[in-house]
Amino acid sequence: MLQQALLTRRRLGGVILQIAIVVLIGGLGYWAAYNAALNLSRANIASGFGFWNNTAGFDISQTLIAYSASTSSFGRAFWVGLLNTLLVGAVGIVLATILGFVIGIARLSNNWLVARLAGGYVELVRNVPLLLQLLFWYNAVLKSLPLLHGSMALPGGAILNNRGLFLPRPVFAANFSAVVVAFVVGLACAIGLTIWSRWRRERTGADAHIFWPVLALIVGLPLIVFVAAGFPLHFNLPQMGRFNVSGGLEILPEFAALALALSIYTAAFIAEVVRAGVLAVSHGQTEAAQALGLRSGHTLRLVVLPQAMRVIVPPLTSQYLNLIKNSSLAVVIGYPDLVQVFAGSVLNITGQAVEVIALTMAVYLAISLFTSLAMNLYARSMAIAER
Amino acid sequence: MKGLTMRRLATAVALTMALASGTQVAAADTTLAAVKQRGELVCGANGTLAGFGMPDPQGSWTGFDVDFCRAIAAAIFNDPQKVKFVPLTAKDRFTALQSGEIDVLSRNTTWTLSRDTSLGLDFAAVTYFDGQGFMVRKALKVSSALELSDASVCVQQGTTSELNLADYFRSNRMSLKSVTFATGEEALKAYESGRCDAYTTDSSGLYGERLELSDPSQHIVLPEIISKEPLSSVVRHGDNQWTDIVRWTHFVMIDAEELGINKGNVDAKLKSDDPETRRLLGVEGQYGEALGLTNDWAYRIIKHIGNYGESFERNIGQGSPLKIVRGLNALWTKGGLQYGPPVR
Repeated sequence: MLQQALLTRRRLGGVILQIAIVVLIGGLGYWAAYNAALNLSRANIASGFGFWNNTAGFDISQTLIAYSASTSSFGRAFWVGLLNTLLVGAVGIVLATILGFVIGIARLSNNWLVARLAGGYVELVRNVPLLLQLLFWYNAVLKSLPLLHGSMALPGGAILNNRGLFLPRPVFAANFSAVVVAFVVGLACAIGLTIWSRWRRERTGADAHIFWPVLALIVGLPLIVFVAAGFPLHFNLPQMGRFNVSGGLEILPEFAALALALSIYTAAFIAEVVRAGVLAVSHGQTEAAQALGLRSGHTLRLVVLPQAMRVIVPPLTSQYLNLIKNSSLAVVIGYPDLVQVFAGSVLNITGQAVEVIALTMAVYLAISLFTSLAMNLYARSMAIAER
Repeated sequence: MKGLTMRRLATAVALTMALASGTQVAAADTTLAAVKQRGELVCGANGTLAGFGMPDPQGSWTGFDVDFCRAIAAAIFNDPQKVKFVPLTAKDRFTALQSGEIDVLSRNTTWTLSRDTSLGLDFAAVTYFDGQGFMVRKALKVSSALELSDASVCVQQGTTSELNLADYFRSNRMSLKSVTFATGEEALKAYESGRCDAYTTDSSGLYGERLELSDPSQHIVLPEIISKEPLSSVVRHGDNQWTDIVRWTHFVMIDAEELGINKGNVDAKLKSDDPETRRLLGVEGQYGEALGLTNDWAYRIIKHIGNYGESFERNIGQGSPLKIVRGLNALWTKGGLQYGPPVR
């Protein structure tokens, strides 16, 4: 009886303490916001997001959505910057993952030279500050490329110079949608086929050779529709102008340098994460797989990596988050990311530091939380399914 | 370079924190009292603009904008060395002033209506009348900015230049590819490496920055001036005494030039019979005390720094590598715009 009373009291005390802490933190937040507003008005500094719909008036070098200096608003500039951040983050993550896995596995190779080269890469890259690497790539990319009038003509009508890489830009005719539909249908059928073949293998043990049918569904079907629709696609080729290349699809040197620096840098860390993950799988697993007669590629792909992934994913998430946050170094080389456009030009033109910085912080927080969430879902799907 | 970028963010974040944590941003006492108590003036300057604000190889700051801060220090402390200079990029200059990190901003800053009204700042006096121009390579064979349609232009972020550039290309129906950098230094470097066809900033800046290129003779400044850039010193809004001190520091330097008072003859001029000269130098009247300074404040400025013309010629005019002509910045009596209200 007494014991129970004590326990309840202790539990009650805990609840009260938690409520008190939540109230305290909330109160602190409110007090900070209130003070900020008060101090801003006392110092005659404009506050609020009234500037959001005002005309921005400055130009941005890379815009994924329609944007013009004369008509677009500061809010539009925010979205342009955010999309540029997401683009370089996504490209960086894909490249860093591919490179990181290759290097990490190469580091464990039995081939002495391959293992040493991979080890050298990791030590060299992860021990040099990212900012220096970024400046190196930007200057290396810029300085080594030909000037406008010595532009390199690449096969397929592409042009390369120090203003960027200009690729033929695909222009889709109206009936191109039929090709897209065909692709989606083909993809769905291919996925169905794969699931069926896996189900059959688990039931009967018979291996179905579905590689060619899958390829035919994914590539062949859209290709047939493409021909039948009368080639509903042509390319807008870049043209040399007096000052610049016009037309085509433009990849800025700033973007290339940033994506390159971020992926090469992060790949070194991912390689170590992968190496740790693979080493965490007991060697007995490999031996057991070899005893079953699996080839080394199959052993890695079917036995070792799935188990290693459980160790790899949590630290890999951190690396992805680092990459996204590091992309804000774009500001040094003039790539128009969120920090450069919004916390740079917009902040300076409107002068509303508090609002702009707070919103920028919130955006990075949201991107990071979303990335973590996606990776956690992936990790859950990789977790051991007890049977 | 990293330092500057980081500093900008740090300043903005510091301002956010300071505002949020309830720190009184504008000091409770007057700026003048704070400066006197500290024993030195803290001045926001450019740091990389030759002729206007830049530390020399010995680490001592020189330049036209720097001299202006030294003049204020001379007026307060009778010692032009009692200034601490804080190098600022275009992006972090206003937050540095708002957060109280600096007392006065003297860094080729254009006076605009929105800056005057929404930043909690006041523009004290136009120290240099400027306009925006373009620099291109001679090899480009361009003789007018109107031929620049479709050209890549390197520009510094957070400046009126960035906005004027877009305006100018738009109003002349030319297409623009701008490449924006956080600092002028980075923008200039990118221009030099061939990333851009043209580099744009205030024309005073173009003269200084052209000299920093490896071969200045390969580059020309185009004749077009596409904007009005009244470059002014800036103070926080609300401290009227401090605004007056900064504003009149500029005016007495103009007045001194008009009256023919300079560094060399200022001591002799103390014995002058001319009433205007006597009032300016504090021989007659209590004008300095009205500002919260000593009556010989203007004498101190002329003695240590010289008049407006001297500072101009020494830093950016004929006595400097920049060789900028007075133009709009000549005295009003010589066809320019510089005009000092009377001391009386």
